[in-house]
Order: sequence, then C-alpha cells, then structure tokens
Amino acid sequence: MRTSWPAAPMAAVSLLQVVGVLVGGPLLVGVMRTVRCRLEGRAGPPVRQPLLDLRKLARRERTTSDQTSWIFPLAPLVLVGSTVVVAAIAPLLATDPAFGWSADLFAVVFFLLLGSVAMALGALDSGTAFGGMGASRAMTIGALSEPALLVAILALSVPAHSSNLPGIVTRSLAHPLWLATPERLLALVAFVIVIVAESGRLPVDNPSTHLELTMIHEAMVLEYSGTDLALIKLGESMRLAVLMALFANLFVPWGIATAPGPIHLVVGLATTVAKVAALGVGLAVFEVTVAKLRLFRVPELLAGAFVLSVLAVLSALVVA
Amino acid sequence: MTSDLLVVTAVVGLSASAVGATAPLRIRTHISVALTIAACASGFVMAAEVLHTGDVAVVHTTALLPLSGLSMVLDRFGALFVAVSAVVGICAMLFRLGYHGHGLSSRSASCILPLFVTTLLLVPAASNVTTFLFLWELMAVSSLLLVLADHRRRSEVASAGQWYAVMTQFGAAALLVGLVLLATHAGSQSFAAIAAGSAHLPTWVRDSAFVLAVVGFGSKAGMVPLHVWLPRAHPEAPGPVSALMSAAMVNLGIYGIVRVGDGLLGGGPAWWWLLVMALGALSALFGSLHSATSSDLKRLLAYSTTDNVGLMLLGVGASGLFASTGHRTLALVALVAALLHVVFHAVFKGSLFLSASSLQQATGTTDLDRMGGLLRRMPMTGTIFLAGGLAMAAMPVLCGFVSEWLLLQAMLHGLPSSDPAIAVAMPIGVGALALTGGLTALTIVKAAGIGLLGQPRSNAAAEANEVGPSMRLGAGTLATLCLVFGVAPFLVVPSVVDAARSVSRTRISDPLVGGWQVGLAGVHGALAPGLLALALLIAVTLVAGARRVLQHAPARHTRAWGCGRELQTATMEYTATSFGEPLTRVFEDVLRPAHDLDVSHAAESQYFVEAARFHTSLDDAFERHAYRPASVGLGRWGALARRVPNGSIHRYLAFGLVALIVVLVVAG
Repeated sequence: MRTSWPAAPMAAVSLLQVVGVLVGGPLLVGVMRTVRCRLEGRAGPPVRQPLLDLRKLARRERTTSDQTSWIFPLAPLVLVGSTVVVAAIAPLLATDPAFGWSADLFAVVFFLLLGSVAMALGALDSGTAFGGMGASRAMTIGALSEPALLVAILALSVPAHSSNLPGIVTRSLAHPLWLATPERLLALVAFVIVIVAESGRLPVDNPSTHLELTMIHEAMVLEYSGTDLALIKLGESMRLAVLMALFANLFVPWGIATAPGPIHLVVGLATTVAKVAALGVGLAVFEVTVAKLRLFRVPELLAGAFVLSVLAVLSALVVA
Repeated sequence: MTSDLLVVTAVVGLSASAVGATAPLRIRTHISVALTIAACASGFVMAAEVLHTGDVAVVHTTALLPLSGLSMVLDRFGALFVAVSAVVGICAMLFRLGYHGHGLSSRSASCILPLFVTTLLLVPAASNVTTFLFLWELMAVSSLLLVLADHRRRSEVASAGQWYAVMTQFGAAALLVGLVLLATHAGSQSFAAIAAGSAHLPTWVRDSAFVLAVVGFGSKAGMVPLHVWLPRAHPEAPGPVSALMSAAMVNLGIYGIVRVGDGLLGGGPAWWWLLVMALGALSALFGSLHSATSSDLKRLLAYSTTDNVGLMLLGVGASGLFASTGHRTLALVALVAALLHVVFHAVFKGSLFLSASSLQQATGTTDLDRMGGLLRRMPMTGTIFLAGGLAMAAMPVLCGFVSEWLLLQAMLHGLPSSDPAIAVAMPIGVGALALTGGLTALTIVKAAGIGLLGQPRSNAAAEANEVGPSMRLGAGTLATLCLVFGVAPFLVVPSVVDAARSVSRTRISDPLVGGWQVGLAGVHGALAPGLLALALLIAVTLVAGARRVLQHAPARHTRAWGCGRELQTATMEYTATSFGEPLTRVFEDVLRPAHDLDVSHAAESQYFVEAARFHTSLDDAFERHAYRPASVGLGRWGALARRVPNGSIHRYLAFGLVALIVVLVVAG
C-alpha cells in the first residue's frame, strides 16, 4: 500500500510543478515552432520568443468591446486558474504532489473543460461574428472528443482499480509489463488524437492560421488584447504542457520522483522535461507532415479514437 | 410527530387550494402562495425528520377514499423526493409572487397550483395501489390544467396540452395495469404486502409489471421514446409550473421505477436493468443532441430534462445490473449516484427554468435569437442562469459535477467483472455519459452565450429590465444551492445513502467516504470538491492579482474590432441556429433536418434571383416517424369506424343483439 509523503515536500512539488508549467509551457511552444521552422528550411525565432511575446503583451493596454459583460475579462483568468490547479495536483514531477489523492483523472478532464467553456463564453461575449464561429466549432470538437477521452481514461483506470492519477502512475511503475499490453497501446493512440484535438493542433486546427474560414481557436481570441491576450496565450501553452506531461507520465512513467528528496525531484524534473520536449518535437514533426483536416472530417477522426478506446477497455477486461 | 406533519402538509396544501378558489382577486395570490409555502415547509420538516431519524410517517384513514381507504407511509426513500419537491416548491412559489401573465392569477389556476404542489409532496408517501394511483392522477390532471392555463390567448397551448394529456394518460394506463396486476397476484394492494410476497409471484407477472412500470413512469419522466410531450408542454406552461414539472414532477418518474423495481419487486434479472440502461443512454444522447441544436430556450431546457433523466436511468439501470450479478455495494453506489443526480438536477434545472422564465417575462420571447446582451441588462438573473447551466454541464465545483463523477466511479468499479453484460454495458454507458456531458457543455455555452452575452438581438432585449426581488430570490436560492451542494456535498450525500439503503433494503454499511470528500470507501483516491473549489478560487485570485500588477490601467472600452470591420451589428453575430449548425451536420443522419429553399427569379431572366428564402427546421425524429404515422392511422381508423353508426335505429338494435350473443357465447 502506498504511503503519503510529509506535507512540506508535497507542497514543494506542487509549487515546482506550477512554476515549471508556467515557464515550460511557452518554452515548449517555442521548441515546437523552432522544429517546424527548421524542417521547413527557415531559421525561425529563438526558442524563448513566446516568453518575450508574453512580456510584451503583458504590458500592453487591454482594450475590450463596449458590448462585453463581466464574463469577458473573467474568461482568461479561469483558463489560467483551472490549468494552474491541474498543474498543482497532477503527478507531473513526482507521484505525490499536494492533494494528490484528489487528483482524479476525470476531475482533471472536467477542470480542463471548464477552461474551454470559459473561453467559449468569453468569445461569444465580444458580440462579433468570429467569436461565435470559433466558439461553436471549438465546443463541437470538444463535445465530440469527450467520449473518446473518458473511455480511454476508463481503459487506464480499470487495471489500476482507481481513476486516481497518482494511483495509475504508481501502478504502471510497479508493473512495467502492463505498459506493453494492447489496451495501453490502443488507449495511447486514442489519447494522442484527443490531445491533438483538445489543444488545437494540426490536423484539427492550425494554431498559426489567421484565415477566417479555417480558424477555430484563433477566432475565439480575436477580441482579446494586451494583458488578457498574454494570459490566454500563457494558458493555452500551459494546457499543452500539462497534457503532454500527463500523457508522458501515464504511458512512460519512469524517472518520476517516487520518494521525497531534492535528488529525486531533480531527476523527476529532468526526465519530465526531457519527455515533454521529446513529445513536443514529435508533435511538431507530425504537424509538418500533415495537412489540416476539413472541419467536417474531424468527427470521423474522433469517432475513430472512440472506437479505439472502447477496444482498449474490452481488451483490458479480457487481459484482466 | 412525522405522521402529524404529513396531515398538516396535506391540510395546509388543500386549504391553500381552497383559498385560491374562493378569496377575492386582490389577496388570493398572496394568501394561497403563503399557504403553499407553509405546506412545503411542513413537508420539508417532515421529510428531514424522516431522513434524519428514520421515523416513518404513517397515516391511514378509511373515510376519504372509498373501498380501499387512504393509506400513506413515508419512508426515507420517499422522504428524499418529498424534500426535493418541497425545496423546489418553495422557490417556485416565491418566484410566482412576481410572475405575471400566463393566466396564473385566474381563479382556477390559483386553486390548482397549490393542489399540484401538494400532490408533488404527497405522491411519494402513498403506500397502497389505490392511494398511489389517485394521487398520481391528481398530479397529472392538475399539471395538465396548469399547462393549459393560458389557452385563451395562444392557440399553441391547446396542442401542447393535447400531447401532454395523451402521453400522461397513456402512462397512467400502463401504471394502472401494471400495479393492478401486481396487487391481484400478491393478494393485497398495500405496497408492504406486495413487497413481501413479490418473490413468489410468477415470472411473467413480475416481468410485465416491471416493463409496464418503466413505460408508465418513463412517460412521466420524459424518457425517450415517450418524451414527446416535454418539449411541447414546457415552453407553453407558465414559468413556475414548468420549473415544478421539470424539477419535481419528473423526479417522481424515477421514484416510481426504483420503487417498483427495487422496492416492490426486490430487484430482477439482468435484462430488466439492461433495458433501463439502454433507454437511459438513448434518452441522454437524444435529449442532449436536441437541446444542443434547439434555439428556443424553454424547448432546449425541456430536452435537457430528457437528457438528465437519461443519466438518472443509467445510474438506476447500472445499480440493478450490479445487484442482479451480486455486486451489492456497487449497486448501492450507482443508486446513490442516480439519486444524487435527481437532487442536483432538481436544483439546477429549477434555477434554469425559473431564470429562463424571468428572461421570458423581461423580453417577451423564448427565442434565443431575439435575446442577447441580457447579462448586462439583468445581471442577477443572468448570473443565476449561468450558475444553473454550468452546474448542469458538470463544471467543477458546482453540483452536477459531483453526481456525474460518482456515476462514472460506479461504472468504472463495476467493470472488472466476469459478467459479459456488464463488460459491454459499462463502456457504452461511459461513452454515452461523456458525449452527453460534452453536448451539455455546448448547449450551455450556446444558451448563455447567445441569450445573455454579446449585443442585444432585438429591441425588447435592448430594453429589458431586471425582474422583481421575489423572482430573483426564488431562482437565486436554487442557484446558490448549486454552488453549496457542489462545494459541500456532505450536506446531502448521507441522506441520499440512507434513502437508497431504505429502498433496496440492504444492511450493508455506507459505501462512501464521508466528510468533505466524495469517494468510494476502500479505494485509493477521492474527490474533494471543497478543496478543488478553494484551489480554483486561490488560483484565479492570484492570476487576477498578477494581471492587476502588470497592467494598472483598467481595460479601455471601445468598439469591437472584428478583424477591422467598421460596423458590427447584432445581425452579424452567430445565432443559436448557426451555433448548433456544425453539430447538426455531424449528426445529420440522426437529426435529419429539413431544409427548404425558395428562390424566385426575376421575370426577365432566370439567371437573376429576385428573392430567396431559406427555411430550416429540426423535428423530433420519434415524433415524425412514430407518433405522426400513429396518429394518422388512428384518425383513419376513426373515420372508418364512423361509417358504421349511420343513425339508423335498426342498425343500433342489431348491434345490441350481436353484442348480447357474443357475450352469451363467450360467457357460456
């Protein structure tokens, strides 16, 4: 049976995770952009460019439409706030961050959904055509990716007898062979598709497009400016980093700190950073090679992910 | 003491009804509302007492109902529903004080509204078949008359009333047959006797009684395919009535299915519960899909009731399935999750329907495309609607999140079972629940985003004023409960566990961890909603503080940018229809929207278009493919049958003779 850590190291882990995601998120986006640029034969901006952009935007004046209500300025706060909560309680660097017992995988999903809902409401609050368009598309894709996501979570939770994140990670560490089972591989593919869809990457959404008809996420944030825009960009990159770190630790947990102590933490930090960076590079390479899907082909992709995750659950039962 | 309170509740409720019928117009609303609130308060105290002490309320009288007598026993399970009805009743009555229109002030409506509320409080206490059916019918008829309250001014009301009348009477007929079947075979019509003898009944009696109960109670709960009355009756019913129907009356459908399935019949074979789960999943998906693509606010909320009833049925079905395969603890957890969703659904749907009625009163419409910008004009009502909506979308730290999480946990922990039925049913159940959750989030973003945010889409919306204090108080109380129950679920969870244990008559210990957490005992990990709420609050405050430090100046308000477009008018905004359009296209095979394009060409050349008119509509597939053909067929049959009696007295005498001969042959 697992034993809990003392309070102080747990709080330190949480704090480290939040700070790491705050800084690491924009850097991850920078790394992915650089990889893309290099593959396309361009020099590209430096890796820390997203951080510089954030600094610039944070000092700019906020301008908002005169039609907005209190939702509009609140939405970026909820986006960043919900991601910070997830970053604090999820096992990103160590198996036991503060309140790790409450880091339920379903709860994490709903927290991330809260950020998406807040952004969609903020987009509609601006009262422009593009806000509604982006919100409609983002919510449609979000709704359709939900079944694949939750059933994939089910596939991971069944063998661990819990949907508690530290529980699943600890179980993977204790049973290394479990990682190569069919249910894990099927769930892995489903997770990848959902992460790509949820974080608005190619082939579902193009994060660097500004063409009206193809925008999803960018259409939602058109009316935001200055500090609010900085928060949104920060929040989005943090979400990507959290999702990738979670993904990495769910499927390749080795290196994560299992005991309190500075050395364990440093090792945990280093391995998580390396895993996330590798995933980021992989995603960037993938993005260079694929074209954006038509919006109405995306449901097919997500339905495929759902089928894979149902298969994952069934094979989990057969194996168990 | 609880027995006395039961009498008090009934007497006060009926006197409210009498006052409504007799008092002069100036005072009758206030007095009857005050008395109804008193009845609800007494009902709530009684229910709380029963839930707390387990001290069953018993009232028997032979004087009131001929042949069988009135027999009422309120146990913990029934008390849970009484408590929910009482809270919703109090809030709806407070709301009613400020609510105008819809003919609610007429003498008949003032008499019937308290009666309806009283039956909602009494139905869960009925303890024999006659009493139950009597109160059930009283509830059905009084709610029907209230739906029809405004029929003089609007012709649609009559059509909605017809649909509701047919569906509710169909359901009542199924119940009548099912319960009478049970009573005759058990040899007694008291619920206790039926429950005691039900194990020895023939299988076909048990099976048909259960299926008839699912049909009868399902039609009241708005279960697919018997849901067609909901999206018609709710938009036409007066505001407080639609809230009462959706937040309190619909629950009694779930009450009935559990009472008959678990209580009277003591559980059954797996196929019963797989049927319930399948109907639940179908209701959840169909309801959420239609509410996501609907652009009428009340129709949208009515469909979302079907969706939430589907989730409750999923829980009830999963519970029965676990029980039939011997997983008693998990069965209890799933039942607790379903009942918790009943309670939370009442709270958030009550606040949604009440605040939607406020919006309707302020703008004169329920069409989302004619609202817009209302959060600025009506900040309190808008916030109430948002709170209820986000709770329904299972957003963290609001109540819907807790019940859906618990339902997911029950399904998850039921999975490592060797039973193939469970192995197939649970992943599909989770998938249905997940898609429903995602679609509900979309629905609420649409309803709140199009209806409350952005620019006003009509003059009425631009000039809307906040509603009166009593309406805000009524709806606001329920919205506050959404947050309170979401953060501190321990306020209701123990009572719900007791209620679930009382109906399934198990003696197993509480399967949930207590205190600020929600979770399964003996399983690593739990949900701590209060803690998560606190963490979220701290995080958002810190981010807000950081924004303040980085940027001292408040935001500058100017015209929207809109990619540099000069003029942004309300007609350029996305409408509710356009918001749901991608989804309509994705589910085109299920929804089958009807498009109609009228193009008239210029007289000179057909290459020049003079005017174009596009019309799109989304009918209910069940209505179009099952109910319409059925009603057309019935109409034809009626027309045929009308030819037989042609007015000739000889023919009628011949009918009498033939009938007599048939009776003699059959009887002989």
